[in-house]
Amino acid sequence: MKVSMTVNGKAASADVEPRTLLVEYLRDHLELTGTHVGCDTGQCGACTVHLDGRAVKACSVLAGQAEGAEVTTIEGLANGSEELHPMQAAFREYHGLQCGFCTPGMVMAAVDLVKTHPGASDETIREQLEGNICRCTGYENIVRAVKAGAASMGGQ
Amino acid sequence: MYDFQYHRPTSLDEASRMLSGAEEASFIAGGQTLLQTLRQRLAQPSDVVDLGGIAELRGISREGDNVVIGAMSRHNEVAGSADVAGAIPALATLAGGIGDAQVRNMGTIGGSIANNDPAADYPAGLLGLGATVVTNNREIPADDFFVDMFETALEPGEIIRSVRFPVPQRAGYVKFDQPASRYALVGVMVSQGAGGVRVAVTGAGPSVFRVSEMEDALGRDFSADAIAGIRIPSDGLNADIHGSPEYRAHLVTVIAQRAVNAALQAH
Repeated sequence: MKVSMTVNGKAASADVEPRTLLVEYLRDHLELTGTHVGCDTGQCGACTVHLDGRAVKACSVLAGQAEGAEVTTIEGLANGSEELHPMQAAFREYHGLQCGFCTPGMVMAAVDLVKTHPGASDETIREQLEGNICRCTGYENIVRAVKAGAASMGGQ
Repeated sequence: MYDFQYHRPTSLDEASRMLSGAEEASFIAGGQTLLQTLRQRLAQPSDVVDLGGIAELRGISREGDNVVIGAMSRHNEVAGSADVAGAIPALATLAGGIGDAQVRNMGTIGGSIANNDPAADYPAGLLGLGATVVTNNREIPADDFFVDMFETALEPGEIIRSVRFPVPQRAGYVKFDQPASRYALVGVMVSQGAGGVRVAVTGAGPSVFRVSEMEDALGRDFSADAIAGIRIPSDGLNADIHGSPEYRAHLVTVIAQRAVNAALQAH
């Protein structure tokens, strides 16, 4: 079947099997491999992307469910600019990563978190990142990075 | 995941036709449970009918003494709705505590109640608030809707349109969650309204249930102390690595008291 959506601001379509997950569509058909597959069971959040502006786990959404939607992946976050998005820059500055595998999902979840919870406390950040697992357990710096990223995004 | 035929109807009639015309079809709402089930090959539907393209299943509104929530409303939409927060804050709390943020952005109220997971939050919300499930051909009171573990009163091909919640005088929802899954080990919705006091428990048994002894006691005296001495029997309660039936029975009394206090604080 054919699926069409807007990915990182550009129209994209492909012929896929109906069982194709959004993450498979992004990685295998569009070669956007910045979206990672971690647990493959909907728990770890490494595959988090934005679907019509909201963070979702791309391993728990069918490509068909995203028909006609706006999808943003980690590759599209900086909006085509050479500069990092403020949240990406904050993760670099505050070393919000160790191995880095969970980072794309953490950043995408964090950007949605800033929109829905402006001025979030450490506690709220931890609650809202419950769907993202860092197996290096680098949460302290991730929370610092999200706070700093939120401040430089100016609540946007 | 086994392959299937995928359909995306734009109306309820079309969705019903697609389902009845298929060999073994399944509806998909948000898919946060169904997709994991399919990926583990625990189910093999011939056809998957996506309800995400049906506009009339969306929307949350206040209608007189009720709040009406469209079946395809995402958990985060319910948690963030001014209508819900203003009329039934306990329901906003419940929706905002389901799963994690990403799950709440996809998962829907209709999908949750149609699945009737024994540890899901919404069954307690509906039963504890005395809600009514509105389908494409009838209305089903919550008392009749949740039949047994993963089993509801829905007929094959029947589609939930919305859920209608009467606005209570006060209500509180508290869950003791299993920290990895964030499903309820025990969750209790307590409400007091035109229909009296209701106490509904999820997570403890095979399906959500009411505790009439607590309802009677709270009807006389709506306070945590009034139910402090009420113990429910552990016979038939759920047993797993997270807790024994006796532990869950104990939690019901503790969490029900906290839910009463939450209701008193919110109103």
